[in-house]
Parts: sequence; structure tokens; C-alpha cells
Amino acid sequence: VSALAHVLEAAGIATVGVSLVRAQAERARAPRMLHCEFPLGRPLGRPDDPAFQHRVIAAAFDLLPRRDVPVLAEFPERIDDEADAPLACTIPPRHDDSLHPAIDEVLALRPAYERSRARTRTTNVDGGRGADHIAELVAVFVRIADGAPAADAGIEPRTLGRAALDVRAYYEEAALALTDHVPAARQAESWFYRSTHAGATLRRAQAALRAAGASPREWFALVPTGQPPADDPQVS
Amino acid sequence: MGSTDDKVRASVSELPSFDFGATACTAAPRLDQARVAIVTTAGLRDDGVGTWTDGQGFRVFAASRRDLVLAHVSPNFDRAGFTADLNVVYPADRLDELATSGQIGSVASRHISFMGAQPDHTLTTLRLDTGPAAAKILLDDGVDVVLLTPV
Repeated sequence: VSALAHVLEAAGIATVGVSLVRAQAERARAPRMLHCEFPLGRPLGRPDDPAFQHRVIAAAFDLLPRRDVPVLAEFPERIDDEADAPLACTIPPRHDDSLHPAIDEVLALRPAYERSRARTRTTNVDGGRGADHIAELVAVFVRIADGAPAADAGIEPRTLGRAALDVRAYYEEAALALTDHVPAARQAESWFYRSTHAGATLRRAQAALRAAGASPREWFALVPTGQPPADDPQVS
Repeated sequence: MGSTDDKVRASVSELPSFDFGATACTAAPRLDQARVAIVTTAGLRDDGVGTWTDGQGFRVFAASRRDLVLAHVSPNFDRAGFTADLNVVYPADRLDELATSGQIGSVASRHISFMGAQPDHTLTTLRLDTGPAAAKILLDDGVDVVLLTPV
């Protein structure tokens, strides 16, 4: 954001930016920045809260007349993530005991995912593919978690990160259809990684890749920073 | 123990960044006469593809589009907020409301997305090529104010 501010201002466009990492904003010395101590991924603060979002935008636009650049102002409210309070979200019961529990879980969440997709008219699953595609990806991660090298598990190793984000998007979108409110930041993420079979599979797959000496490019995006390791006894 | 975001912030706070030297500054017009665009670094796409393939390049989409996909490659931020309400990252509806109420002059016909978290911290392509190219697209649309949002 800061680099773009410099470039756009040099081209003759006035800018104001929202910052989520204060140290970066301080160093980059962009013309006008509003630092918001909000969860990463939520620069306007609160989803489904237009009034709050307007307050953030108004605070940013208030900086536009400033010529004493660089200006780095602070939004007066703070919002923290709630990763340690996972979303309470009921997972449909097992349907087919012949399937791996993670794959059965994916298929059980299909109706919820489809409801969410119908509501938003989009999906963050790559290419708009649905439950069957996610089940195939989870099967790949099950094989990796069980010790198979990525290349032998049915996936290009360089695409593992995107595949993990697809599985996570599918679950988080389903979770939004299973709850009656927008979760606080990282609650859906923590529900996925700490309460679901697929999330546990991704954590085990990441641990297996690391133990096998795979490149960080393969395993980095499988589990976000801050989620517990695969062998954490506090997590199922 | 701090929050998860605190850990991520700590891990990225010391990443090197390009030193622009002097800070450029363009005078802003009166807000109620300004034509405003959003430029985000969230890695948004309007073609349903969930993978960012443009490096330091950018995507341009009509301001009316809301079926945008979060193609950013990092796992280290909340994604459910965007899924529930894209305005928490890309406040297109909020700008439309400000234009309707006359608080801003107008909304640009197109908004733009780059993707942050670029591995090349010199951002040479963005500074010298794609950034100026994006600026030209905005200027050609009469934009004189940009709201920049990260993710």
C-alpha cells in the first residue's frame, strides 16, 4: 500500500491509505496513512457494519487536506483477532463410514457451502469448483500426512499452498452458512484447524512435509502462523 | 501471549522496504468534488480464478463488480471477513453511498487490485512500470483521489 501511495502521488493523484502493520507504515513514509489496529484481513474493521466502515473511511479522508507529509494517524479504536476462541459451529454427523473422516466431512458440508455460495454469488475456491474437488484435495493431503511425498500424492508440489487455501475457503464459507453471525477475526480459521478432520489433516500434512525436508514453499501456506502444531495435545 | 495477529505483525515488521526518499504529495481536491477510486493490495480477481498470477502487476475491474475472489497467496490473515462482506477489504458499497449522499463527487468507473506480500521488496516492477501504468488508467478516468486498502 505504501509503495503504491508514493507512485500514485508522484503521478498526480492524492492518496490516503489504511495501514495494518504500523512498523511498515512508519518506515515506508507514505504521504497519508491511517493506521488501524484491526485484524489482518479486515482493514475496514468490522464486516457487515456499514456505520463502522464509514467511520474508518471518514477518518482516512480527514487526512486528505494534509500537506505536511508523511502523515501517519491512528484510528482511535482497536479490534483484536479471536483466534483462541474458535467458532462454535456444528459439523454434520458422519454419513459414510467407509470414507476417510475428512473426506466424509467435506461431502457433509456440501449443502452449507452451496448455500453460502448462493448468498454471495461467488466463492474463493479456485475456479468455483465444489465439494467433489475439495474432497480430491483432502485425499491428497491425507496421503501426504501419511508420509507420501507430494509428487507421489497426486499434486504438483508448488500448488500445495493454493490447494490448502481452497480447502480452508470451502470450510470457512460453509461455516458462515452454519452460523447466524459473522465470526470475529480468525474464529473460523481456528474452527477449521482445531475442530475439523480436514484442518487436522492439513496440520499433519505440514508436519510430514517439514519432517521430510520439503521446501518451505511446499508447506508454508498449509497452516497459518499461530495455529498449533500437529502434535499439540490441546487440539483434536 | 499476544494475539495471532501480533505474532504475524512481529514477523513482518522487520521486512526490508524500498526507501523512496522524499515523500511525494499531490494536493487533494475538495472531497465533494473528488472522483474516488479504490486501489487494494488484497489480490482480488474478477474472473473466478483463486490464484494470483500477476506478480507485481494488477487487475482492473468495473466498479459495479462484487463477485470478486480473494486470490492473495498468504495464509496469514483472516479470510472469513471478506467472505461475509467484501466491503471490509474493498469498500465499494461504502464509496457508492458517499457519492449518493454527495460527500464525495463521484466514484471511479474502475477500481484496481495489486497483491501485497511481494517477495521482491525493491518492488522495481511496481515502481517503474505497473504502478505508473495503473496511475494512467486512473487519471484517464478522471480520478483524483485514491483510497488504498491492504488485506
